[in-house]
Amino acid sequence: MSTRISMTVNGKAVSAEVEERTLLAAFLREHLRLTGTHVGCDTGHCGACTVLLDGKAVKSCNMLAAQAQGANVTTIEGLAAADGEMHPMQVAFKASHGLQCGFCTPGMVLSAVELAGKLKNPSEAQIREALDGNYCRCTGYHNIVKAVQTGLANMG
Amino acid sequence: MSATGIGARVERKEDRRFLTGAGQYTDDVLLPGQTYAYFLRSPHAHAKIKTINSAAAKAAPGVLAVFTGEDIAGKVNGLPCGWLITDVNGQPMKEPPHPVLAQGKVRHVGDQVALVVAETYFQARDAAELIEVDYEVLPAVVKASDADKPGQPAVHDIAPDNVSYVWALGDKAGTDAAFAKAAHVTRLDFHNNRLIPNAIEPRAANASYNRADESYTLYVANQNPHVERLLMTAFVLGLPEHKVRVIAPDVGGGFGSKIFLYAEDAALTWASRQLCRPIKWTADRTEAFLTDAHGRDHTTTAELALDQDGHFLAMRVKTRANLGAYLSTFASSVPTILYATLLAGQYKTPFIHCEVTSVFTNTAPVDAYRGAGRPEATYVVERLVSTAARELGIDQAEIRRRNFVTQFPYQTPVALMYDTGDYNAIMNKALQMADVAGYAQRKTATQAKGLLRGIGYSSYIEACGLAPSNIAGALGARAGLFEAGEIRVHPTGSVTVFTGSHSHGQGHETSFAQVVSDRLGIPIENVDVVHGDTGRVPFGMGTYGSRSLSVGGSAIIKALDKIIAKGKKIAAHLLEASDADIVFKNGAFSIEGTDKNVPFGGVAFAAYVPHNYPLDKLEPGLNENAFYDPTNFTFPAGTYICEIEIDPQTGQTRIDRFTAVDDFGNIVNPMLVEGQVHGGLAQGIGQALLEECRYDPESGQLLSASYSDYAMPRADDLPSFQIGTTCTPCTHNPLGVKGCGEAGAIGSPPAVINAIVDALAAYGVRDVPMPATPQRVWQAIQNAKA
Ligand code: FES
Ligand code: FES
Repeated sequence: MSTRISMTVNGKAVSAEVEERTLLAAFLREHLRLTGTHVGCDTGHCGACTVLLDGKAVKSCNMLAAQAQGANVTTIEGLAAADGEMHPMQVAFKASHGLQCGFCTPGMVLSAVELAGKLKNPSEAQIREALDGNYCRCTGYHNIVKAVQTGLANMG
Repeated sequence: MSATGIGARVERKEDRRFLTGAGQYTDDVLLPGQTYAYFLRSPHAHAKIKTINSAAAKAAPGVLAVFTGEDIAGKVNGLPCGWLITDVNGQPMKEPPHPVLAQGKVRHVGDQVALVVAETYFQARDAAELIEVDYEVLPAVVKASDADKPGQPAVHDIAPDNVSYVWALGDKAGTDAAFAKAAHVTRLDFHNNRLIPNAIEPRAANASYNRADESYTLYVANQNPHVERLLMTAFVLGLPEHKVRVIAPDVGGGFGSKIFLYAEDAALTWASRQLCRPIKWTADRTEAFLTDAHGRDHTTTAELALDQDGHFLAMRVKTRANLGAYLSTFASSVPTILYATLLAGQYKTPFIHCEVTSVFTNTAPVDAYRGAGRPEATYVVERLVSTAARELGIDQAEIRRRNFVTQFPYQTPVALMYDTGDYNAIMNKALQMADVAGYAQRKTATQAKGLLRGIGYSSYIEACGLAPSNIAGALGARAGLFEAGEIRVHPTGSVTVFTGSHSHGQGHETSFAQVVSDRLGIPIENVDVVHGDTGRVPFGMGTYGSRSLSVGGSAIIKALDKIIAKGKKIAAHLLEASDADIVFKNGAFSIEGTDKNVPFGGVAFAAYVPHNYPLDKLEPGLNENAFYDPTNFTFPAGTYICEIEIDPQTGQTRIDRFTAVDDFGNIVNPMLVEGQVHGGLAQGIGQALLEECRYDPESGQLLSASYSDYAMPRADDLPSFQIGTTCTPCTHNPLGVKGCGEAGAIGSPPAVINAIVDALAAYGVRDVPMPATPQRVWQAIQNAKA
């Protein structure tokens, strides 16, 4: 069975006919070819597939594309400014070496961006707790924590 | 030092693409006419396949083909093992076939039985459910300790006792004699827990065949595309190597698990020709747990003989290694060559003997995982040393100092020759950075909270950049161990570097560019690094064993030397001087002692627009490649100090401080090195406290087959780390570098466990098994109290 879904992704209206069981992650990757959203587990554990749905960080492998009907989705491709200038969180990840293989990075960055609305001047422990839904196998989190601290400060 | 040269903390060139979603990982590649694969896998640990009926699957919507073992029999060979171990009797190891699709029998849960190819992923997966396989379930052997007991089922007919080889290293008679006269013997029995690598990018492959020129292209998440191609073409598919291009694009972490040639890669490549369509497969996480090669799984009895002053006299080690169901690509070398040779550690123990029995079981294959043999060796040595110190009442740092190797080069009794090091300097810095002087005070504060505090040490040695090729060959390696590099200077003076090393997180695009920019005196923006494509880079060996900078970087330096040598000749012509008078400095060739010079870019231009050029003596162009075969391993070393707090009510362990001081020789980019250490520490601490691969001992079902059951460290499981370095440059490679990729995973597990045992010493606890979960720590306390 297929269904028509429509939503706004990175500021652009999109619409497509997809199989009902299509996950949001697959819709973004396969249909829109926005391959910056990564799938690390498809079981809701790793957070590599995190996107912002109406400003909230969600795991796009854990919901159907149809559940995002009408929503406003931001993927990692939509985070930098139109002229290519990176978001302060992206800048902070680069400056703090908060990424290695880059596979967890899109989800990690978007989860971190969402924190700005939740925590003011968070402590290291608060950041670690807040990143609990995102695995990174490369960095040992040390530099990610530093990056998030810097990124949040620079987001103002 | 320039702001982007050797030694500078340069931000990574590759980061922008990863941070903006522009990375291209294998699953991101979509080819015209793309089809999708799904592998039907064995639900049983051990079973005969009586029949397979795939008629319904073949007729399902969108299905293009279903292939089983029968379809490939006689056409596709089994997967080879890249290292031949010769056993104690001089016999070759038992090397059973490793079929690409099961041939009449399955040997572990997840073994691949059929390959379904369809127009969409859903169609392939749905069709796989229609395949009827009639299994005759056989009893399984799951635990390595049971494998060679009488009456156990044989995983392979050619190894009825499930033993692949019994192998030994060292002077047995000398070791036994030293034990006989020892004042003290420390003995420990332990299990080095089995781990599942879990790169966040699952394995993936996308194979295509071009009928027009009979060529293949395989995109694959892999750490060494040339090795993958060589093994696949020469051994499995019998294809001409020049007709196969293997591309390992952006790869989302490897940690060893993507070194190997896997069945899926070969099956897809073969099938792409049958269908003349590109076929893509990406593992889901369950498949990753079931089929990525696992790591560790050693059961060991280890003894250390000491005199009354705590000097080490001899070490005796007996290890049983679990190989899993098949010999994965480098499986046989891990518990032997990469393990027993490291048992000297940082110490001048005069006699060492190690015997290893490697067995097959009905579990996933076990192969190299970050550290590969060296973490297991370090665990043996450093647990023994700490336990001996406690038994003899000697301070933990002091017992190490008393036994440190201090004269270099040093020939160990287990084959290696350490070229350089200063273990006391490392220890001094570690003690100071960890504020060991303030430990007593911290302990008092911890006790006031009703908690226990412990401190643990680990002084590891590592051997990186496995080499030289001829010696490795004599030890059984079936591959070379050099690296290739090519420097292509463009007419306007910018440079593309082609390296056989592969970056899957390490940041070579930056660190290698730093080296080139530094040597040529050109801006780092003018240097790009290409890797991971057999169609573009010269034959290289890839990235594993912390070898990239020491071996791959050295190949680049050799090629740069050739560039500079040729550049001097061109400059001499342009400046009307003799070759011998030209010096190259700060990006310019000049006549020594004068200010007459021509910049690097000018020489490059002359080489490609050779109007004023010594064409009679010199070829045009400025493009050199080099192969570098190391003369020895490199020997990074470090001391790690871990402090933990334990709640005796719950057994909960928290790492309060972790200090790592490493001697990696010279460092090209300290920021990247720190990142490598952090990541290694996280994996080592994960092994010590959290991670364990567990099979049901009867059924052979993988119990830890998801992130709900396999505890991988999350951000709030770990502390921030204190990192420091010391430096004795490697003596035998041009950069003086040693390698840093695995150190953290090697040095940290014994530091953590030694700290836990220290905290529990008051209860009389001598050992806590890894992973030291709260339940196990609590149990250790209860057992000691009872
Ligand atoms: S892919 Fe969605 S949580 Fe892992
Ligand atoms: S950077 Fe590789 S998983 Fe996080």
